[in-house]
Amino acid sequence: MSRTAAGTYALPRSLTGSIKRHPGMGLVIAVLTVIALAAAFAPVIAPQDPYDLASLDVLDSEIPPSWLPGGEARFPLGTDAQGRDLFSTVLYGLRISLIIGILAVTIQAAIGITLGALAGYLGGRLDTLITRIADIQLALSTLMLAIVALALVRAALGGQTLGASAVPVLVIVIGLAEWPFFARTARAAMLVEKQKDYVRASRALGATGTTIVLRHILPNIGAPLIIVATIGMANAIMAEAALSFLGLGMPPTQPSLGTLIRSGYDLIFAGAWWVTLIPGAVLVVLLLCVNLLGDGLRDALDPRLKRGAGEGAL
Amino acid sequence: MDAARHAAVFVIQRLLQALGVMLVILVIAFAIRSSLGDPVRELTGQAASESERTALRHELGLDRSWPAQLLDYLKGAAQGDLGTSYIYKRPTVAVILDKFPASFELVLAASLIVAVLALPGGIAAAVRPRSWTAKLILSVSVLGVSVPVFLTGILLISLFSVLLGWLPAFGRGEVVSIGGWETSFLSLDGLAHLLLPALTLSSIMLPLFVRLIRSAMLDELGRDYIRTARAKGLKPPRIWLRHGLRNAMLPIVAQGALQFGNLLAFTILTETVFQWPGMGFLFLEAVTRADIPLITTYLVAVGAIFVIANTIADLLSLALDPRVTFSEADA
Repeated sequence: MSRTAAGTYALPRSLTGSIKRHPGMGLVIAVLTVIALAAAFAPVIAPQDPYDLASLDVLDSEIPPSWLPGGEARFPLGTDAQGRDLFSTVLYGLRISLIIGILAVTIQAAIGITLGALAGYLGGRLDTLITRIADIQLALSTLMLAIVALALVRAALGGQTLGASAVPVLVIVIGLAEWPFFARTARAAMLVEKQKDYVRASRALGATGTTIVLRHILPNIGAPLIIVATIGMANAIMAEAALSFLGLGMPPTQPSLGTLIRSGYDLIFAGAWWVTLIPGAVLVVLLLCVNLLGDGLRDALDPRLKRGAGEGAL
Repeated sequence: MDAARHAAVFVIQRLLQALGVMLVILVIAFAIRSSLGDPVRELTGQAASESERTALRHELGLDRSWPAQLLDYLKGAAQGDLGTSYIYKRPTVAVILDKFPASFELVLAASLIVAVLALPGGIAAAVRPRSWTAKLILSVSVLGVSVPVFLTGILLISLFSVLLGWLPAFGRGEVVSIGGWETSFLSLDGLAHLLLPALTLSSIMLPLFVRLIRSAMLDELGRDYIRTARAKGLKPPRIWLRHGLRNAMLPIVAQGALQFGNLLAFTILTETVFQWPGMGFLFLEAVTRADIPLITTYLVAVGAIFVIANTIADLLSLALDPRVTFSEADA
């Protein structure tokens, strides 16, 4: 998103109004709330602890969902190849996917906003350097970078060691791979804001650069950063799922949604489609809602779109 | 300086730049290779004695200083030798070249599907931005980016291979060899095997390109020269295609080239789902079995493909830019 037009970047009061105008947005937010609560309270809701291997019974493996012939009421969504209750496993998987997504976006935001704000506020050679690194990284594709980085980590540490520390490794790799989106947006917004009167006024009053950036400018460029964070969230969840599907992410003993899709994949040829397609459906609903939320926020917050002009590329 | 010379200088500069990037990639590959894994242990196994290892180490030149080793690596690279695969016991370059046609044809088939569908879709969504067709196209594209590529593949397999039994689910099937290049396009079985993977790969690129073409077209259609063309009484299709699209092609090619890295990542995912015997599938095999020379050669190969694609995109931009006509570029 390139941002050249001068506009206000603060969250407008009309946000709630614009949600009312798009009834779909209410549904999206409701679904996301349910998903977030389900993930947060997974240990309370889930009938079975999927990490407790002792509670599993191989005789329970590949039982179809309860509404299909052969299904059992104690396994509402059926079981996987190891006899794990799919409902519980999906809840825990959702939890891991969301935790990784949130932490990765936090790292992206911390690195990206810091570097972008520095580049935009200070300008000069630092700006050129940061912009150049961000451009190169974007051209290389963040997903490809993450795949290569994890492949190398895996080749260096071996599959076992990687599996044990998969969450922090994934968070760092996805966080480092995708910071340029935040940096670009923060830099562009900073370039616009620093010309404004309120910045000149506080500088005239003797405020230091740090105070101006942290106390005055950052709160005013919240809107575009929230949009980037939402889209970054979808990207991070998608990246984690893709990496886990390739066997480079979460191990089967501690599955995320991507791992579940991978481990259920072979079973579709045996007719047990639910093991892969149910976590798949949950992932799609989650990604769709986050993407729709991002689109909706952009419509509500981006002054350029309201005037009916074109949107930024992609 | 006249325009043709201007263009020639640009082309030469661009090619030198590409060479420079390749050199950097080779140095990175060398660094990865020498810091990950021990080739001597891979080649001799556990049983070899310490003196045998030292001898082999000397024979391979691993006891020399790193600048000398780097120079050896670069010399080898110049002659097309990037080491020997641990798994295949063959030169890594040959192993990867064997898999190249499969990946190339998959990407080619997917690109054809994208080109045929994304251009009309993107243009339709731009020329009538408030029509229900435009809204439908955009909604489908949001759904498209929200379904991970591997899930699309699994869905297509469940539907067309498992449930209906119409199409094969994995491998390339029967291929026809033309001068060492194995193609899927010349046999019915090969085409049947290609269809689902190509559809899968295009499903993720399609929404990206529809949005890209739409926003590039929207930007152009809002400009003054379009209003002028309309005022002249030109027919809308002519305005959209000869005026709007002609100018929109430049950002489309420039932004589209940025998607190339994503295309490579999505190709790895698609090849994994369909066990498509291409470079991405080979790469994951190399990663699981810690075949360091094969991993680094894959990275060099991907880097080379990347550099070539970007150079072509840059030169294409030069050719597409309507302001650069080779007679009055300096004006």
